[in-house]
Amino acid sequence: MTLAKFNGSLGLTRLIRAEYGLLVGSLMIMAGDLSLAEDALQEALAQALEQRPSKGQPKKPAAWILTVARRRLVDQLRKAKHRNADLVIQALQNAHLTQYDDVYDSSDIPDHRLELMFTCCHPALAPEVQVALTLKVVCGLSIGQIARAYLTSEAAMSKRISRAKFKIKHAGIGYKVPQGAALEQRLPSVLAVIYLIYNESYSAYEGQTLTQEDLALEAIYLAKLMHGMLPHASVTGLLALLLLHDSRRSARSSQSQTYIPLKLQDRRLWDQEKMAQGTELVKSALVEGQLGIYQVQAAISALHSNSKSWEATDWPQIVGLYKVLYDMEPSPVFLLNYCVALFYAGSIAHAYQEVIALYVHLHDYQPYQAAKAEMEAELGDIEAAKKSYTLAIGLSKNDAERQFLKRQLKAL
Amino acid sequence: MQFLALIYSSEGSEDVTMSELLQQYADFGQRASAAAVVEGGNALQPISTATSVHIRQGKQIILDGPFAETKEQLGGYYLLQCKDLDEAMMWAAQIPTARYGTIEVRPINDFG
Repeated sequence: MTLAKFNGSLGLTRLIRAEYGLLVGSLMIMAGDLSLAEDALQEALAQALEQRPSKGQPKKPAAWILTVARRRLVDQLRKAKHRNADLVIQALQNAHLTQYDDVYDSSDIPDHRLELMFTCCHPALAPEVQVALTLKVVCGLSIGQIARAYLTSEAAMSKRISRAKFKIKHAGIGYKVPQGAALEQRLPSVLAVIYLIYNESYSAYEGQTLTQEDLALEAIYLAKLMHGMLPHASVTGLLALLLLHDSRRSARSSQSQTYIPLKLQDRRLWDQEKMAQGTELVKSALVEGQLGIYQVQAAISALHSNSKSWEATDWPQIVGLYKVLYDMEPSPVFLLNYCVALFYAGSIAHAYQEVIALYVHLHDYQPYQAAKAEMEAELGDIEAAKKSYTLAIGLSKNDAERQFLKRQLKAL
Repeated sequence: MQFLALIYSSEGSEDVTMSELLQQYADFGQRASAAAVVEGGNALQPISTATSVHIRQGKQIILDGPFAETKEQLGGYYLLQCKDLDEAMMWAAQIPTARYGTIEVRPINDFG
């Protein structure tokens, strides 16, 4: 089997997976075309998997794949009579990458992943399209994997991604990192995509085969990537937030897979290294620049991380931070979080009053019904609490959470 | 690249008086022309003047009215020359009607 041989000690598929975005980005800039770039890369990968190169195993597979992909690109550009064909051919010759030799490794491949991120997360694409495209093109997940993660068919996901590529090509979406004021305007949609991917892992749907951990890892990978390439306080804030959230992963569920809320978590299970990293990043984000929603959420998360117990939580400060967050972005979810903090800070009646006022906006949001139930139980209105828990159970998307809510209901 | 900025709004939804609006459009036209972005543009007569035509089974059918009855109607357009969608959006957002209506931006197909 040539595949096995080629894979051998290299673990080609793994390596390509890690460098997929690097290769697509480089090819995209070269061709000025994302679709052509990915097609060329896919063909090169298929070729690499099916035929062993005549000169033996390449020592630097990423560079070898890039060389093959560049040749494919040139062929395609020539065939399509593309106006960039001559330029790309020139670049190919200048780079002397005509041989796969060990001079070139992935650190020699020009890194255009930032351009790639901004292209995939362009606000002219719908948010769910941005998410799918980023997982496909930057993370190198297969269409099948993404389809399963978002509970849709491969055909539908494939269509969604092709449409996105068509729009990028024909709507005039540039392959560039915006500068100055444009950067401030465009960055939120890139960060929102990463946060959406992480959140999906948080509340992973039933039937997903891509595990929660996989999506969380992709999101953290993307946040680290952005952090390494773009010094910006909100990027630092997002990475901090994800690391802090993720530090509690193993404490969030028991062996029987039941969801465990922060209040009941065994804090000894929290990942100290991620917590320390996250806390450091929050500190630097807070001095780096303007305050943004990710920095504030990370600061709240850090307060939990650095609290010895649930009882020792600095609720007044958390209430204050949620107020800041809500003033920054008046979303009902932030207001709900503010109410929950208020409740734990001791203003139970006031918190409940605010929660009731949120009913119109959030009645079909599971965390809303769960929070409402907890407040009602505390206030002694067991009938109302039962009703709210039942609603929350109906709204839950996964079994771990449902089990927890059922237990709460039973305990009333 | 060339982009067509299609200006939609519902009649009577203007947020300033007509003379102020005309002045704002004149200012926008001047800024955009100075930046060599505008290659053309016009305001259209109101939707009540629209006539639609199509041919079915070889027969020409003329209808009194617009192609589609929608609340927001096409009221005018600009033909813009921009380097990419971001630049086109930046100019589109400055068209006065963007405040109370919607500007749809579409690239011109050059069949290239």
